[in-house]
Amino acid sequence: MSEYLLEVSNLKMHFPVYGGIFRRQTGKVHAVDGVTLKIKAGETVGLVGESGCGKTTVGRAVLRLYNLSGGEILFEGENISGMTQGKLRLLRRNMQMIFQDPFESLDARQTIGEIIEEPFIIHKIGTTETRRDEIEKLLSRVGLSGNAFTRFPHEFSGGQRQRIGIARAIALKPKLVVCDEPVSALDVSIQSQILNLLLDLQSEMNLTYLFIAHDLSVVKHISDNIAVMYLGKIVEFTDADSVYKNPLHPYTQALISAIPVPDPSVRKHKIVLHGDVPSPLSPPPGCRFHTRCPFVFGRCRSEEPELLPAPGTVGEEHLAACHLVNRRESLGIR
Amino acid sequence: MSKEAVLKVENLVTSFDTEIGRIRAVDDVSFEVQKGEVLGIVGESGCGKSVTALSVMRLLPKPSGLIESGRIMFSGTNIADLPAEKMHEIRGNRISMIFQEPMTALNPVHRIGDQIGEVFQLRYSGMSEKEIKDGSVEILRKVGISDPGKRVEEYPHQISGGMRQRVMIAMALVCKPDILIADEPTTALDVTIQAQILELMKQLQAETGMAIIFITHALGVIAETSDRVLVMYAGKVAETGPVDKIFNKPLHPYTKGLLLSIPRLEGERKKKLHVIKGMVPALHELPTGCRFRNRCPDAMPVCGTAHPPVSVVEDEHSVSCYLYV
Repeated sequence: MSEYLLEVSNLKMHFPVYGGIFRRQTGKVHAVDGVTLKIKAGETVGLVGESGCGKTTVGRAVLRLYNLSGGEILFEGENISGMTQGKLRLLRRNMQMIFQDPFESLDARQTIGEIIEEPFIIHKIGTTETRRDEIEKLLSRVGLSGNAFTRFPHEFSGGQRQRIGIARAIALKPKLVVCDEPVSALDVSIQSQILNLLLDLQSEMNLTYLFIAHDLSVVKHISDNIAVMYLGKIVEFTDADSVYKNPLHPYTQALISAIPVPDPSVRKHKIVLHGDVPSPLSPPPGCRFHTRCPFVFGRCRSEEPELLPAPGTVGEEHLAACHLVNRRESLGIR
Repeated sequence: MSKEAVLKVENLVTSFDTEIGRIRAVDDVSFEVQKGEVLGIVGESGCGKSVTALSVMRLLPKPSGLIESGRIMFSGTNIADLPAEKMHEIRGNRISMIFQEPMTALNPVHRIGDQIGEVFQLRYSGMSEKEIKDGSVEILRKVGISDPGKRVEEYPHQISGGMRQRVMIAMALVCKPDILIADEPTTALDVTIQAQILELMKQLQAETGMAIIFITHALGVIAETSDRVLVMYAGKVAETGPVDKIFNKPLHPYTKGLLLSIPRLEGERKKKLHVIKGMVPALHELPTGCRFRNRCPDAMPVCGTAHPPVSVVEDEHSVSCYLYV
């Protein structure tokens, strides 16, 4: 078996757009356009990027909540890209998701006990008593008191609801958990509690995370490797420390320099990108970042750069999709 | 910097009437805003930072919201009890406000140019249509909107979130206000767009010399924008001081805890983050004495007696905590 729990290759997700009086297809949104990603068991890959870059779509496609427009997904070496819903249902015991808004993702009319029991019922595990036991263990593990069992989601704060969402996701001891912005709706003092909980659970249960977020500081804290996405593509992939210490792609560099540092004595030079992210309906030709890139040159406008190992980097894999980075090799610059 | 307060809030108490009785969202809050400075107000949800701003703007939801007591002194007048018509002349003209979600603050069925034009009409009577149009284009150019001549003809949904926030800033600037209150102006924006807007606000402030009250939950944004900081917790001011003191020598255990619990880019990966135990108490079940004491690592018996008085520890750096009494 492969050393990777999850292997995504050349994943494409295109969504049709309809318009006109006959509701004909007038175009398609290139939400994800050729994403390749591997995660080793027990590790965390962080997926970071700005709104509309396709990071959430990747997370959902990995769980096969969509039918893929292209590409392949291997889970434990098994190709799940074309798997039927019936088979997927069995598989989903091993792949779970934690959502950003823990209120919208919990049924307001179910008690917490019922919410967490549901996965057990679907997968026909245990009896009512053993389940109740199991659920109480789960609740206490995520830091909720036992009397949560009979209460409803609205009685809990945002942070507690996120704990409920986590308890539900880990109920069946999955292998992969896709975390989609799990802390971005939470206050600072609650955010650190949830991040610590996710890290503890990972080491206890050997969980593998695909951690999706827009906040690079959070992603860097929890991840082993980070993929930076821009407009449906991965522009850089490397270990979490290198993203911060040695960012290669101009977009990653701009993203890092744009993060406000909670230290007023740091007056760093900012790379302020001009303009907005182009529409994924008609992504620009060539490199998708070329319309905002401060280092754009001729080739960027016509030829799309591939995600290649960056020249001069040592040790762990460091991939970048940028003509400039790859040109350094031919120019002999490091 | 010459010390001249443009706004002085003294012992402000703002309450809301709810089903479970009257709740004090802001309880005895005092602060000053100097001419030309950026005052950052930081705190978590429910700490009263937005309600403080809405009290100053006199935009509390009616009839539930109410300024119970305290004074809001603006250019020699207490605007806390100013009649609504009089407040109308100040609001939008001399004190402007921008909000978190620019889409809900803009009218979706009017062109951007018309919405800015309306502000010109209200502020300066007797402007011709051409003057208003030119003025609108000019102010859009000033906030960095490309091709402003075309943009004035567009509707809010046709432009991006970052641009909408620029339009809001443009509208707030038409009247050359003395104070701009910015309530989470970049929270809904992506980080690269946030950087653009923060840059723009700094540049405009340098040009106009207006004071800014910058309200946010993001400590990083505060560190980059503010001269002085007010840290709020559960309706009270926990600590106030110059930005470098707040970040480098925080006094209040809450401020210390907040600063320790944010993951940092340069920090060690997967290391346990500092945790402030528990959560913010609901405003109707506040603990007696210091409101932070149930979560405080340094809590002492005295903390349960009464709310701690304000101690001035150093020049302009004051804290409300029994550790410093």
